[in-house]
Amino acid sequence: MMEITEGSHAVAEAVRLCRPQVVSAYPITPQTHIVEALADFVANGKLDAEYITVENELSALSACVGASAAGSRTYSATTSQGLLLMTEVVFNAAGMRLPIVMSIANRAVGAPLSIWNDMQDSISLRDAGWLQFYAEDNQEATDLHFLAYKVAESKEIQLPVFVCFDGFILSHTYEPIDMLLQEQVDQYLPKFDPAEKLDAKDPISFGMYATPEYYLEFRYEMDQAQKRAKDVIAKAGKEFGTMFGRDYSALTVGYLLDDAETVIVAMGSVCGTVKDAIDEMRAAGKKVGLLKIRVFRPFPSEEIAKALSKVKRVAVLDKNISLGAKGGATAIEVRDAMYGSMIPVKGYVLGLGGRDIRKKDIKEIVSLCENGIGDQFYGLRKELI
Amino acid sequence: MAEKKKTCELFDCGHRACGGCGAALTARLVMQAAGTETIVVNSTGCMEVFSTPYPETAWKVPWIHSLFENASAVASGIEASLKKQGRKEKIVIMAGDGATFDIGMICISGAFERGHDFAYICYDNEAYMNTGIQRSGATPYDASTTTSPAGTCSFGNRRPKKDMPAILAAHGAPYIATASIAYPADLKQKVEKAINTPGPCYVQVHAPCCTGWGFEGDQTIAIAKLAIETGLWVNFEMVDGKVTKVKKVVRKPVEEYLKTQKRFRHLFKPKRQDAEIALIQAIADRNAGKYGLDINLRKE
Ligand SMILES: Cc1ncc(C[n+]2csc(CCOP(=O)(O)OP(=O)(O)O)c2C)c(N)n1
Ligand code: SF4
Ligand SMILES: [Mg+2]
Repeated sequence: MMEITEGSHAVAEAVRLCRPQVVSAYPITPQTHIVEALADFVANGKLDAEYITVENELSALSACVGASAAGSRTYSATTSQGLLLMTEVVFNAAGMRLPIVMSIANRAVGAPLSIWNDMQDSISLRDAGWLQFYAEDNQEATDLHFLAYKVAESKEIQLPVFVCFDGFILSHTYEPIDMLLQEQVDQYLPKFDPAEKLDAKDPISFGMYATPEYYLEFRYEMDQAQKRAKDVIAKAGKEFGTMFGRDYSALTVGYLLDDAETVIVAMGSVCGTVKDAIDEMRAAGKKVGLLKIRVFRPFPSEEIAKALSKVKRVAVLDKNISLGAKGGATAIEVRDAMYGSMIPVKGYVLGLGGRDIRKKDIKEIVSLCENGIGDQFYGLRKELI
Repeated sequence: MAEKKKTCELFDCGHRACGGCGAALTARLVMQAAGTETIVVNSTGCMEVFSTPYPETAWKVPWIHSLFENASAVASGIEASLKKQGRKEKIVIMAGDGATFDIGMICISGAFERGHDFAYICYDNEAYMNTGIQRSGATPYDASTTTSPAGTCSFGNRRPKKDMPAILAAHGAPYIATASIAYPADLKQKVEKAINTPGPCYVQVHAPCCTGWGFEGDQTIAIAKLAIETGLWVNFEMVDGKVTKVKKVVRKPVEEYLKTQKRFRHLFKPKRQDAEIALIQAIADRNAGKYGLDINLRKE
């Protein structure tokens, strides 16, 4: 059913349709509209869940850990400082293999304090063991929640998922959304039925301590599950497409890639701007394309290497920076994926703390890349440095 | 060799606690009171480490450990989850004094304020034992620990114990008690009450640690008893914020307790520190006044 909805409300509605039994979250801009909407659903009988109004984010995710271990589908949402405050639990939840789904309305991290969008928050937790999905628009932000539960709870995976979408740019923007109906979601997403849970009838211990004789294998198993997730996402994404017409089987999505000489690699809402810029550049005779990364964990290295095998050069946009390293995380990982090929990969760190990214910026980056200039910040105000 | 004893303990043999560990005894007694329909949430610390070295576990009930500071938040989630599933298991938190008095304070305050239904058992061995006997907010005045060492310029820990029961009473906890491993029947009764009283309840158990306090493992009970008999540990019950029951004693001087443990040795050697001992005696006297500890022998 098409409706014009704010991103946050669309996400909240998607979460409601997934029937989480326990919701636990703490408000932080720009995530607030989601948790307010969920509280409203519970207060008005539209969502049959326990909503725990915790006192901080560490407790928000901790409550999800307890609830999930006890056998309930759980949900949380946060961003930026809130995500960092719960960091210890983020790692813990993945280590315990709990299929929690958490929305991240991506926001910069302080200092300096910034409520505006970049992806430093979730990207900084790329090694925590969670799958990470990134939405380009609110339709994706909505749909990826259904996919997230499906994949997370799959017996082959049992890992939690971040569903990331750009704070304000998506979370506070009204767009037409094709919202699924409850019957459709129920058909796609079966009831949560964990293989193991805290249960007096069959007592097991969760979160034991492991000596050096055992620890390494636990991490290996998690990494294996991440790798298996590629196939599980492909299958679940395809099933979604068959049922509802929007296929999410691909971890990366190309735009005008076939004959492209310069390809931009990007994640999130900026892909929309990039496509518009590409259309204009194409009209002017430039062969430019886009490779959107929708799934950042597991990282689609092989998919990227394959998609970019015939291009002349690659420009990677990063709304995050691995300070002291060679650029942002995406550029570093794309370069790793392309290792052995002679195709130059240039990284551009931009848009941090909500700095606007316009079509002309994309065009300028393409010419920088064509001239072999890159691996740098883009759009710095020279008068400030 | 003695025949291997068959037990039906829910906190069973095979754990790696030091011989004579008060915390291990606490776990056993609490589980005897709690029964099989219980889910245990454990904070990081000695108990978690000595009871669950993967792939072995000493727990015969469902058990979860997440982190050092978040047991009450994890328990909040379990409670909500059980409620939604219509399940009736009881939730028991087992947390050390460090997890309770210090790092877990925010989570505890939140969970008690929200009023979740669980029994929070703090096994109080009065320091961070798992990491090597560092002071906590529960460490008593003048105890020497590795971060409050007695030395030429110090008598050990400079602050008296934090009044955790009072803090939780201020949160409106319906049932709060202190207990001691030296009085197992009393301890178990209190745990049962904490479990059966709806809402967040708290039992703080004095659990002497032979390794951290410096005494032989066969003295654990005797030392726990001396803490009560000197008035340095008070066993009481609080219902809806009011003290309803206190274990009265014929009080002994505090030094009878202090002398038994290496953590207080600097108060006696190389030189007796009368002024410091007097300050500790004053703590016991204040306890006696506050809780009406003393049995008046002449009257009886
Ligand atoms: C966030 C965090 N900080 C520090 C530690 C290290 N640590 C583990 S257990 C512990 C002390 C536990 O003390 P307590 O709760 O009193 O339990 P005990 O070991 O005395 O039984 C500390 C400091 C940790 N695991 N996590
Ligand atoms: S150090 Fe103390 S608390 Fe820890 S196992 Fe030994 S006796 Fe028990
Ligand atoms: Mg302790």
